[in-house]
Amino acid sequence: MQIIRSPQVFDVVVIGSGAGGGTAVKVLTDRGLNVALLEAGPMLNPMQDFKEHVTPWQVDHRGAGAHAEMYFGRQQWGYFAAPNGYWEVPGEPYTVAQGSTFRWFRSRILGGRTNHYGRISLRFADYDFQPEDGLGDPWPVTYAEMSPWYDKAEGFIGVTGTKEGLRTAPDGNFLPPIAPRVHEILIQRACKKLNIPCIPSRMAMLTKPLNGRAACHYCGQCGRGCHTASAFSSSQAMIFPAMKTGRLTVITGAMARELVTGAGGKVTAVSYVDKATRSEKQVRCKAVVVAASACESARLLLNSKIANGSGQVGRNLTDTVGFAMSGYVPALSGLPRHNCDGIGGMHLYVPWWLYEDKTKDFPRGYHIELGGGFGMPELGSFAGQCNRHEGYGKALKEKIREEYGAYVHFSGRGEMIPNKDSYCEIDPSKTDAWGIPVLRFHWKWSEHEINQVKHMEKTFASIIETMGGTPMGRAPAPDRAISTGGTIIHEAGTVRMGKDPKTSVLNSYCQSHEVKNLFVCDAAPFVSNPDKNVTLSIVAFSWRASEYLAEEMRKGNV
Amino acid sequence: MSNSDLSRRQWLAGIAAGAALVTAADAQQAREAASAAAYAPKALTAHEYATLERLSDLIIPADEHSPGALEAKAAAFIDFLCGASEEMRDIYTGGLMWLDEAMAHKYDGKTFLEAAPAEQTAMLDLIAYRRNASPELNPGIQFFAFCRRMVADAYYTTPIGYKDVGYMGNSGMAQFSVPQEAIDYALKRSPQ
Repeated sequence: MQIIRSPQVFDVVVIGSGAGGGTAVKVLTDRGLNVALLEAGPMLNPMQDFKEHVTPWQVDHRGAGAHAEMYFGRQQWGYFAAPNGYWEVPGEPYTVAQGSTFRWFRSRILGGRTNHYGRISLRFADYDFQPEDGLGDPWPVTYAEMSPWYDKAEGFIGVTGTKEGLRTAPDGNFLPPIAPRVHEILIQRACKKLNIPCIPSRMAMLTKPLNGRAACHYCGQCGRGCHTASAFSSSQAMIFPAMKTGRLTVITGAMARELVTGAGGKVTAVSYVDKATRSEKQVRCKAVVVAASACESARLLLNSKIANGSGQVGRNLTDTVGFAMSGYVPALSGLPRHNCDGIGGMHLYVPWWLYEDKTKDFPRGYHIELGGGFGMPELGSFAGQCNRHEGYGKALKEKIREEYGAYVHFSGRGEMIPNKDSYCEIDPSKTDAWGIPVLRFHWKWSEHEINQVKHMEKTFASIIETMGGTPMGRAPAPDRAISTGGTIIHEAGTVRMGKDPKTSVLNSYCQSHEVKNLFVCDAAPFVSNPDKNVTLSIVAFSWRASEYLAEEMRKGNV
Repeated sequence: MSNSDLSRRQWLAGIAAGAALVTAADAQQAREAASAAAYAPKALTAHEYATLERLSDLIIPADEHSPGALEAKAAAFIDFLCGASEEMRDIYTGGLMWLDEAMAHKYDGKTFLEAAPAEQTAMLDLIAYRRNASPELNPGIQFFAFCRRMVADAYYTTPIGYKDVGYMGNSGMAQFSVPQEAIDYALKRSPQ
């Protein structure tokens, strides 16, 4: 087979264009390096691709899909959401070992998941890096070392918030917070009675103009992608500006197959499949940053048979623990109508509050994300009321009107402790459409996570009841109510960092212990998966790693 | 190229234009509602479509507050999706035939449309509730639940539906704030 090699040798090839890859591209091009970026999906055109402000009736199927897929559970992702990924990618299967359940969300477009993500931006705390309970392993970095990088990350992407002085939720370099909505004021009041903190949310939306990006116009549609880039995405805030420097070459439709090594074991090129022509190409480089998403990065390393003397690649796979509950709050029924779109997602949230509590029966903790308000009506918005109230006619219509905006939603997002039963490996007998061996997943929640879900259930119900409301529906047993592994889309840990090359793949700069010009800059390096959503930390770690890489290249060490 | 270059002013102006569009769409919707009878179904037969229209009118009727599913052309949306998916069409053709059959059985061979309004609602009073589950009624209960949800979907995703519930968003705001009146309303109704 003829392999087409790039004539140019790039300083760095970055694989993946999400939060980690976007940050690497920004930092490395800012430092004057010539970078090639490989993205497995297409180029993004925000004005065409983002369906911001489109109402359902402007589309003939109103969001159900061209073949009404939504009504049959066949829709991969909401029609109006940013077009950024799938649970099932055509031509790119994965397998799940017998007895396990796991779902793997893949993004295939420039910017990856940052085009749609929740933008919740929480710093990990000191005890997240150096756990005090003897579970899991310590990180090779401390909070004090990471704090300046969080400052940079927040200063660039823009994060709302207030200084609260909480150990569980370290303060940051914040933009002004946004006023709470009515239901959030009621939740905050109930939390106060229960001694639960409820504070302004920390979200990557601009309440002030920043770095050439316009301030938010408060339409609440961040999940559809933002035309003005007021909600952070790596595509708009990092990659497009980097393209203007002339030092970035973006190669789309490029599925990385293998890291090619030369004499001395260093990576000399990245071999990829050009999806459009199904031909194999190589792009040559002096160093490589792998940021293809935690599991995809592990897959690439495993398939390349590289940097895995520790045997840890693919191990320690974690996702966030998820559990949700809704409640009906009579105090909100008939609420005077107003525009409460605001920023997409919550204006207040509940950080973890029981770190010092020794009586609870699970380690670590969770934060609570809040939902509610007068959401934009879409297909399915009132399916719950139809199902609950049944009947028909004027009574049903009045019920729907009366209850509009009177529901509150709580989502627990908790920490999973890495365990030996949760990992990914190469499936020995299956390849994707380009002949690249696929991943096989193994998954198991432990009692830690199940007990945490029990606690979430009790807490959410007590907040709803304190508001004078009624929790909706009976939750099934916690081991069934807990989210399916992978579905919170916070995979981490599969190429972990550490001090000891025998038990870790990367050093504290996300650099391979074994291959000095190989860096991994997504959530794969994370030693644990704290209850603080991974994206802000991906940006902070990638920023630090990229500065280090640029400096090491300048010194001639890489 | 980056779209972050768009100025805020341009952006807000764009949204204002969008709002004007909504009002125009609203008027258009009202005009179309007036000639609802003119709609030619694409997937359902004329009889099926007329039956579905009647069902939609019973599920979300017009009242003193707002027009109903008939004016919002809920049946046209469902017919459109029946044309887009065979699975969807089969649910409706099957459900509507079951309904006519059940009516004929009960009311002297009359179809749902031929039956008196009181007979129609007597049937809905049976199939609109899970508590009436029985081998005999289950297909109707299942169909009605599906249809009711879709009529609601169809109704509330129109300018008429938005106005009915009072959704006021999907527009630009220079500053986000919540009216004090709304806060006071909810606080006063909350447990002290």
